[in-house]
Amino acid sequence: MSTIFANIARGVRNRRNGAAWGDVSFEVGSGIVAVGILALIAVIGAILLLGSTDSIRAFGPGFLADTIWNPQPPERYGALTFIYGTLVTSALALLIGVPVSLGIAIFLSELAPDWLRVPLSFMVELLAAVPSVVYGLWGIFVLVPVMRDHVEPSLQAVFGFLPLFEGSPLGIDKLTAGVILAIMIIPTISAVSREALLAVPQNQREAALSVGATKWETTRIAVLTYARSGIFGAVVLGLGRAVGETMAVTMTIGNRNVMTVSLLDQGQTIASWIANNFTEAGPLEASALIELGLVLLLLAFAINVFARLMVARVLRIEEAVA
Amino acid sequence: MSASEKEMESLRAGRSRRPLLAAVGVVAVAAILLAYGAMSGWFAGSGTQGATVILVGAGATFPYPLINKWSLEYHDLTGVQVNYQSIGSGGGIAQITGKTVDFGASDAPLTSAEREAAPNLLHIPETIGAVVFVYNLPGVPTGLNLTGPTIADIFLGKITKWSDPNITADNPGTSLPDENIFVVHRSDGSGTTFVWTDYLTKVSSDWASTLGTGKSVNWPVGLGAKGNEGVAGVVAGNRYAAGYVELAYATLQKMTFARIKNHAGNFLLPTLDSTAAAAGNAAPTLPRGEDDWSHVSIVNAPGADSYPVASFSYLLVYRELNVYGSSMTQTKARALVDFLWWVVHDGQAYASDLLYVPLPPAVVELNERSLGLITFGGIPVRA
Repeated sequence: MSTIFANIARGVRNRRNGAAWGDVSFEVGSGIVAVGILALIAVIGAILLLGSTDSIRAFGPGFLADTIWNPQPPERYGALTFIYGTLVTSALALLIGVPVSLGIAIFLSELAPDWLRVPLSFMVELLAAVPSVVYGLWGIFVLVPVMRDHVEPSLQAVFGFLPLFEGSPLGIDKLTAGVILAIMIIPTISAVSREALLAVPQNQREAALSVGATKWETTRIAVLTYARSGIFGAVVLGLGRAVGETMAVTMTIGNRNVMTVSLLDQGQTIASWIANNFTEAGPLEASALIELGLVLLLLAFAINVFARLMVARVLRIEEAVA
Repeated sequence: MSASEKEMESLRAGRSRRPLLAAVGVVAVAAILLAYGAMSGWFAGSGTQGATVILVGAGATFPYPLINKWSLEYHDLTGVQVNYQSIGSGGGIAQITGKTVDFGASDAPLTSAEREAAPNLLHIPETIGAVVFVYNLPGVPTGLNLTGPTIADIFLGKITKWSDPNITADNPGTSLPDENIFVVHRSDGSGTTFVWTDYLTKVSSDWASTLGTGKSVNWPVGLGAKGNEGVAGVVAGNRYAAGYVELAYATLQKMTFARIKNHAGNFLLPTLDSTAAAAGNAAPTLPRGEDDWSHVSIVNAPGADSYPVASFSYLLVYRELNVYGSSMTQTKARALVDFLWWVVHDGQAYASDLLYVPLPPAVVELNERSLGLITFGGIPVRA
């Protein structure tokens, strides 16, 4: 806030010195908007906190470890099942989505012939414009039968000994939800990564090529390393979308409040659960749902911070070594 | 270059500011007008716009197609506009409690806690619905016989295969596969679940002691789908699946559904007639409109022709309309009561085509008495 006032003061001084109103209002205006965004996040957090006080008082920290959600008296609510579901589906989405997105981004920036580059970029960005509900409907009518009749039986045949692929394949389960989430985050991650890769200066590639690197080695050593933080930002954006995705997940995850290891079992995520129950919830249940929302916000925040710290650590180690 | 020098000159001199200032001025005036309008209730949902009376209701999704039809027909008839938002029974109760709508709609009657929060609300049953057991069994048409306890055990996870003796005993002529029953329930809170669990509570002591009745319960087995259409879709798309949906959805989607054994011991298909019989047989036990309806339930109704999983859907309206303060006028009060009177009489003619069950005469009489109780400033609205 003090920088805003400093800006305003400086702006006024500059104006007196003949600087254009445009400059001054731009500095002040953008400063206000920036602070406004922070204020908005703070307000959202505050409202979530206020709404969840009833639930926090009733259940305390045990809320995070409880797996039962029962709206019948005596009411008892717990978030663990949903936290687990959110983490599993988002991890799956990243596991499948990030390599594919990186592949698309690398192809678009390094390998695609010029005549293909623009139409393909356009197509990928078009995927990002598809509404979540449409993905859900496509999931129910197309993806679920494919998973149930072809993909999941094959996975079970090969990996069935793993607890990850136990159970009867119904097509509506955590695996399908993860796949749909992966498809939904691919356009986001690949678009932003492609920008990051295109921003790598040409001389980096030339330097690698000049010492005899192959195309793939150039990409790996010169381009990807340079664009690392941009790609990381893209992945975080994609993760944010995956963690909060509601409709597509509701339609494909099976909405069952159980925590199991198998990916072929149904599950439930925080966003999908809140969307399903908020309209009909009684007062204590509504408060518990708001607390769930707060947990989701903090979860996304925590993942973000953790990932950034990890990247910073890697960069610091590399700098120390270099 | 001289052209860009001129540009710089005009920028510095502020001459290019004029369009910007004009735009800011327009936005400021618009904002002030909007704020004033909002404060003065220009955008209020109900009220009178010129001579048109607008009534606003909100609540259950189940009767939405019917209420929508009523709004259209009533508008053609009288010019009164009725706006209904189908936000769910809970939302409807919350809105009528907060006096932000003229009438609420709910599939479940008010609980005692809800009644305390909104005293003097009348229950006006406006239509009747049935919940049916749908299944997807290749080669098995509509009409599988099931009893209440069997259904409860299916949803409790105690009966897991279609070839279970409890099911085959009631269906001697039908060959049932030795497959797991793929149970589907609702993932969202809903009046349909309320009616279904109400029935299961009454026919199964196991269900009553572990799960009970509610718009949302802690389902022990099965997969959840959102909305009646979600359950219908999952059952239709998966072999050996079973679930529960409103009669209208099952009929429109041409799904196969079961006969359920009623209180008198007969296996009945859910039809408009058998559902109407259930309501008619239960009518003598209904409370007066102004009393406590929290224990009202017409599931498992007596009578040889009564379908066992039937339920009223209720309109909720205040007994004394001056609780709305200045936003309620004599004209609007009269319009509201006239609309509700029309709904329980002429409006019932539109129900069957939309696969809703018309009210039996005994219930219409009950509603007539309740509507006669509505007053505005102490004076009965419908003299």
